[in-house]
Amino acid sequence: MSNTKLKKVDIIFSPYSVAPYEILRWMMEKDKQDIIDNLIESGLRGRGGAGFPTGLKWKFMASEQGDEKYIICNADEGEPGTFKDRKLLVEVPRKVISGMAIAAFATNSTKGYIYLRAEYNSLIPSLKRELDVYHEYAAKFGLDFTIEIFSGAGAYVCGEETALIESMEGKRGEPRNKPPYPIQNGYKGKPTLVNNVETLASVSMVCRYGAEKYKSYGTDDQRGSKLFSLSGDSLKEGVHELELGMKISDFVEEFGDGDTKAVQIGGVAGFCIPRKKFHETVIGEGNTTGGATMIFNSSRSMYNVLHNYLDFFAEESCGQCTPCRVGTQQLLKGIEAVKSGDKPIAYLDDLVKLSRTMKITSKCGLGQSVTNSFSSIVENFKEEMHH
Amino acid sequence: MLEVANIIEAKIEQYGRERQALIPILQGIIADKNFIAKDDMVLIAKELDISAADVYGTASFFSFIEDERKGKYVIRVCKSITCDMKNRRGILASLEKELRIKLGETTHDNLFTLHDVNCIGLCDQGPAMLINDEPYTHLTVEKIPIILREKRNQKN
Repeated sequence: MSNTKLKKVDIIFSPYSVAPYEILRWMMEKDKQDIIDNLIESGLRGRGGAGFPTGLKWKFMASEQGDEKYIICNADEGEPGTFKDRKLLVEVPRKVISGMAIAAFATNSTKGYIYLRAEYNSLIPSLKRELDVYHEYAAKFGLDFTIEIFSGAGAYVCGEETALIESMEGKRGEPRNKPPYPIQNGYKGKPTLVNNVETLASVSMVCRYGAEKYKSYGTDDQRGSKLFSLSGDSLKEGVHELELGMKISDFVEEFGDGDTKAVQIGGVAGFCIPRKKFHETVIGEGNTTGGATMIFNSSRSMYNVLHNYLDFFAEESCGQCTPCRVGTQQLLKGIEAVKSGDKPIAYLDDLVKLSRTMKITSKCGLGQSVTNSFSSIVENFKEEMHH
Repeated sequence: MLEVANIIEAKIEQYGRERQALIPILQGIIADKNFIAKDDMVLIAKELDISAADVYGTASFFSFIEDERKGKYVIRVCKSITCDMKNRRGILASLEKELRIKLGETTHDNLFTLHDVNCIGLCDQGPAMLINDEPYTHLTVEKIPIILREKRNQKN
């Protein structure tokens, strides 16, 4: 069931509590199990895009035994069209760090890292200042959990949690086979909880307002509020916090420029929704929830859009598995061949099949998700692929 | 300028003599030298007791770890879709004209290197670019010579 209209929310960027890290102090007086149960009850799902229930992930992490257990904040926000995590780290880093510390307390973890993408290196000084404040208060509260920044080195695939861990270990950022999941076998082989920046900030908000209040936002299928990074042909580009469960038509009415032809949801790894489907598509249902939303008006060539996406995928494929390494390049060459007339229009059907094979056979989310935007653009804008 | 050996030593002290120290070491050298020379990779390999191929494998994987000499200022122009829709090609052409180099090249005075880069998370403020770590947003063709002049003046 979806909301009838778009509903704006203002929770996540709300002002801090008066005393620094008050939510953390408050949580440390509670039973650890209660914190996790509250999180499960809230219905919060991972905000990086995969949408795994956060409370459940924490529950698994809490049940792992070990002298060393790691919490990693995934700030490797590389999905084209996404910039919400950047805004959180600039404006409310304390909420993100609080989320990490609460996670550490609830799951008995020993050490934290913020994995910050290289493109965001300019944020390091201000983040370090906030970490100093955090460490001062953690010591006061008696929480033995320090947090360091690990600066990434420029690779989209490192947003995938096992690739991220590989790179922290000094290796090429190539995803691992799963299972085992990082919860069992993560950084340096130890239990590791990897959560997205927005997920951690949302944890702070669930703790502040309680599961009941948080749950009252959104729909039965999708709880809470979500940040949307909006860019493209819109006069309201930027980050918007909205209740989950809205139709694209409502979104376009609010944010479009009056001439919206298509909306890309979930970044380039997500789906491209054409105008004729705006009324029947609910953001986050059967599509991705990372919140990167790009609006295209009728002046845009969808061939150019797709070409840009494929260029990106071909460059960022880590090259480890064949379906993704070769598939991304062949899709790119394929649409060029159709455009130039070297291949017939029917060749596009073969390319769609190839992209679906990549979904089944690729090792990680990168290769698996190429078909989302590829099929949705080719099938909905076929005429633009050859004229 | 620091000696590479000293940089490696300082990073090992901070991160330990384990493979986890590799990326911080590479970043430490980049911060001072702008690139990692092949000989330095061998030196790192020796210090961490791993093969030089492993060091090269990791170094070559990441786009912010350069293994060729770069200019003092590395310019990275975003090429992702929304910046592309906002005339990033014009920005790139303007940079090429002002710097008198092509994409991927370094100016003869070793001051600037021109690259393009995938999404840098500034889509709502595009077209955007980074000069080293510093973001530049809402670029226009008119702004380019001004930004470059500022950087040239910083040299002196």
